[in-house]
Amino acid sequence: MKNRSSQGRTFSPGLVVSDLWVTYANGVTAVCGASFALRAGTITALVGVNGSGKSSLFKAIMGFLAPARGEVTLSGKPVREALKSGLVAYVPQAEEVDWTFPVLVEDVVMMGRYGRMNFMRIPRAADRAAVSAALERVGLAELRKRQIGELSGGQRKRVFLARALAQESEIILLDEPFTGVDVKTENAIIMLLRAMRDEGRLMLVSTHNLGSVPDFCDEVVLFNQTVLAQGPTATTFTEANLAEAFGGSLRHIRLGGGALHDDDDDRRVTVLTDDERPLVLYGPRDAETLVKRPPEEPR
Amino acid sequence: MSLVALLIDPLAHGFMQRGLVAALLVALVCATLSCFLVLRGWSLMGDAISHAVLPGIVVAHLLALPLTLGAFAAGLFTAWLTGRMAAASRIRPDAVMAILFSGMFALGLVLFLRVETDQHLLHILFGNMLGLEWNDVTEIALIAVPTTLIVLAKRRDLLLAGFDPAHARAIGLPVGRLDSLLLILLALAIVAAMKAVGVLLVVAMLIAPGAIAGLLSQRFDRMLPIAMGAAMFSSLAGTLLSFHADAATGPAIVVFQSMLVALAIVIRRRKARSGATA
Repeated sequence: MKNRSSQGRTFSPGLVVSDLWVTYANGVTAVCGASFALRAGTITALVGVNGSGKSSLFKAIMGFLAPARGEVTLSGKPVREALKSGLVAYVPQAEEVDWTFPVLVEDVVMMGRYGRMNFMRIPRAADRAAVSAALERVGLAELRKRQIGELSGGQRKRVFLARALAQESEIILLDEPFTGVDVKTENAIIMLLRAMRDEGRLMLVSTHNLGSVPDFCDEVVLFNQTVLAQGPTATTFTEANLAEAFGGSLRHIRLGGGALHDDDDDRRVTVLTDDERPLVLYGPRDAETLVKRPPEEPR
Repeated sequence: MSLVALLIDPLAHGFMQRGLVAALLVALVCATLSCFLVLRGWSLMGDAISHAVLPGIVVAHLLALPLTLGAFAAGLFTAWLTGRMAAASRIRPDAVMAILFSGMFALGLVLFLRVETDQHLLHILFGNMLGLEWNDVTEIALIAVPTTLIVLAKRRDLLLAGFDPAHARAIGLPVGRLDSLLLILLALAIVAAMKAVGVLLVVAMLIAPGAIAGLLSQRFDRMLPIAMGAAMFSSLAGTLLSFHADAATGPAIVVFQSMLVALAIVIRRRKARSGATA
């Protein structure tokens, strides 16, 4: 089911981070001089080692941390203003959520509408319609009266995607959307994200799942306290750039020469993995020869 | 004696009328807040604030201020200090609260026994439900009713701030201010309950109804009426029992609440065994 209110709308300027510095009270600087700009209607992977400041960057974008220097603008607006107008949705990691909380699936999705309601948060017909449409779209309409703890891993992810849909936000930040889900669910989520991108939304996805990045991300930001590389996935998500971003902390398997070929073919297979689905590269040059899964649906 | 007489007879007495109204008001405000405290893991905060009001009462008496005001200020001060101490040291919040509330309580006892007051220590600790005057009941109502209404009106925001503070912030809700609001309302509820059930027993009233509701429902909007119902039933039953059996009123109410918690656990286990989900 299509979400009519967001269908065909073009969302403009996107997310701009300029010379951002984030320093904690204990003096630790987590982000030093990061700058990048993302267009609306794109999916960007934010990739970096644990402790590289990715979550600090997320927090600064959502205004939880005040930057020591620099600024963030969302759709051309400063952070506070953007949050007030409901421009930004956040899809949390599964570990951040208390699944025993006494809320139903539809209650969580309705929370996406709170910014649009009066101070008592009494839902109107439009809010209920948006919740139903979002649940329908992620395939959870049947489970709307379930307590959230009764859902499977993949369904749990989709509840929070549905909340972002109901919120009708232009910018969506996703934290590890593929942790602990099976391949079928991962494909379903990727298809949903692509459809949302085609509606003009901007998505920034923090992920360790290197193998899925070429499948659905248009752009990549490689991050370690600052931006190491940014650009289209094909030219940025390369072995050399990943090696720089991860240093020695990436599992690295390379097959070539006699181990791979009977002839004198000089191409080799490279497997890069952080902890989840590995990135497989084949050939002497990285960019053009990425081994990709066939896309599940035409873009 | 008929069942009706069992219920009606006590109400012929003015002190029983006042006691019952106070007990129901206190039940209402504590039950509403308890749903949030239990879900947020703030039960100990209720304990901390309630113990900490004692020095506030003595100081207010010395300064000839309303005791309620002193109690409220001391409660809030402790809540604030808990946050500061947990942030500034490496002591865990539960340890900070335990130190603070026993420390404040001890300070209160030292001051209380040093200073001549017209208050009875036992009444402050365990309440004096059947000794209340109408102006006491009015004061309880003036605090309890608005506090309950504010909690109910802001319940969705308060719940969201506890369930998913990141999303709450992302849609522009003032999460820090909502947390402070909850603490202020908690301190108000404790002050309202002080004269009726005392600072020691109010802790049970701030935890048991929420625990009962959490056991019996998986939907927050249903937890609230369940908690209120359980608390008000306990207040009614406890007050009547104290009249007929000549028992202490506050403790009788708390005994009923504790029995309802045990009952809720049994019901929950039965449900789980039969595979039904609430």
